[in-house]
Amino acid sequence: MEIAQIVGMGLVATILVVLIEQEKPEIALQISIVVGVIIFLMMLDKIFAVINVLKDLSQRANINSLYMSTILKIIGISYIAEFGSQICKDAGSSSTATKIEFAAKITIMVLSLPILLAVLDLILGILP
Amino acid sequence: MDVDILFKIAGIGIVVSILSKVLDEAGRKEQAQMTTLVGVVVVLMMVIQLVAELFSKVKTMFQLY
Repeated sequence: MEIAQIVGMGLVATILVVLIEQEKPEIALQISIVVGVIIFLMMLDKIFAVINVLKDLSQRANINSLYMSTILKIIGISYIAEFGSQICKDAGSSSTATKIEFAAKITIMVLSLPILLAVLDLILGILP
Repeated sequence: MDVDILFKIAGIGIVVSILSKVLDEAGRKEQAQMTTLVGVVVVLMMVIQLVAELFSKVKTMFQLY
């Protein structure tokens, strides 16, 4: 029953955040950061298992490992960027959040360029 | 296992807010400000370690180097 643990921790943390927010909003923000990190660390093993299964499947299907690792990298980048931008939004500085998302989009674009080129090559090969 | 850091931070927040209120009432505005600053820095040190752990784990898991 890990989900009960997580929900309980989230509720307790929310109450603490509301309690502290009137006096010290900066420390309340840090509590919400810590909750996000702890929940992700608790989920880490399960994500690892899922990734292992996906890798195994892609090896069985003879997919080029470049594609799989690119997808994994994109998932990691978007997770970290989402984490940061949500925290910035929570603290009320949505302009910083928008810039983090912009940087993440550019990074993902750069990572996915080789795949885009491969697709274009494939199409050019099919065309007479 | 990690949950006690939550209560640590909340405790620091409550203590710091009470301290700064008391110092404010006693007419020591600068010291109240300093207390707030120290509280934020101490909590930040704890939070940064956790965030660094998160980032390194995400990096190793998703092969981001």
